[in-house]
Amino acid sequence: MVNLREIKGRINSTKSTKQITKAMQMVSSSKLRRAEQNAKSYVPYMEKIQEVVGAIASGTKDSGHPMLTSRPVRKTAYLVIGSDRGLAGAYNSSILREVQNTINQRHKSKDEYVVLAIGRVVRDYFVKRGHNVIANVVALPDQPSFADIKEIARNAVGMFTDGTYDELYMYYNHFVSAISNEVTMKKVLPLTDIAPATSSASYEFEPSGEAILEVLLPQYAESLIYGALLDGKASEHSARMTAMKNATDNANDLIADLSLQYNRARQAAITQEITEIVGGAAALE
Amino acid sequence: MKTVTVNIVTPDGPVYDAEVTMVIAKTTSGEMGVLAGHIPMVAPLTIGAVKLRKADGQTEVAAISGGFIEVRPDKISILAPSAEIASSIDLARAKAALARAEQRVQKKQDNVDFKRANLALQRAINRIKVHEGNI
Repeated sequence: MVNLREIKGRINSTKSTKQITKAMQMVSSSKLRRAEQNAKSYVPYMEKIQEVVGAIASGTKDSGHPMLTSRPVRKTAYLVIGSDRGLAGAYNSSILREVQNTINQRHKSKDEYVVLAIGRVVRDYFVKRGHNVIANVVALPDQPSFADIKEIARNAVGMFTDGTYDELYMYYNHFVSAISNEVTMKKVLPLTDIAPATSSASYEFEPSGEAILEVLLPQYAESLIYGALLDGKASEHSARMTAMKNATDNANDLIADLSLQYNRARQAAITQEITEIVGGAAALE
Repeated sequence: MKTVTVNIVTPDGPVYDAEVTMVIAKTTSGEMGVLAGHIPMVAPLTIGAVKLRKADGQTEVAAISGGFIEVRPDKISILAPSAEIASSIDLARAKAALARAEQRVQKKQDNVDFKRANLALQRAINRIKVHEGNI
């Protein structure tokens, strides 16, 4: 016979797990709302900078600025944006798998690429496998500000300029909706796919187009990275929310099953007791 | 007097949006005043103050940490990594940043750190100056 006490214990422990997952779900959903807000307030900046960069870059076609020209690739850099903590479903694993596959396909030796990691899970993954992690940021706040990411963004752009690597790809989870996100790859540097300006405003450059590109392009590349981070954060919260919601649902199912089992076992015990008493009484007659 | 819309936008969201008669900004090639109806222009900015003169004669000041200004006849946008209107500057924080930067500048480690510390110092000084209205 199934042990009654054992089932009772399992029900209780499942219940306390459910409490935790439910709390995490609620926390994540409120964080998600904030993250979406952040991503939204960032849009005007991004649109504006894209517009201006497009206008200038298309105006001064052959500027020969190092950030606009592709050069022979000797080293590739991958900027991978993940999270610090787990319990977010496939959030980290899907992105890590994608990057690993790309690396396996494109490179034969570990000297051909470097990794820039954002998020503890990402850093640990690549360090453990002996990849060359040249920069990392961990313990970012849930609502990162531009100042939090500035250093790594500047480093990433700086290392491209000084020739540490010749191209920079960025991997992050793009936030599609509260229940889905997709792994996205974006080429950050060199900036070869700048959309030409939609408005045909021809600008006067003060002091010169080149001098402005000098300031503008690094700022643009940094803002691309920041945009991806905000997007990634929103996806992280949504992924965690979904994962925790599933966990809570599963706990509910489990509790229902276990309760049924518990009641059956209890019933069986009572029935057996009665049978024994009746049997005992019958034997006396 | 004719007015023009000014936007100050940072990655953390819009900071300022109003009608003004003149914008005075510090570009890399010197201070520059822009009125409504200016021809389209782009110029990089240095760490410094942006003065926004309003139609009623009042002047607002914002602390800008670099970035650039985009001018169009009917609209002026300032895009900066960070920007604050004088009244919203956290003086205590700026002073703490100043002390930190000064310490780091004095240490004079390698070149990169020194440059960065120097920039941080400039930003902190700029913030405090703008807050105190002495530009």
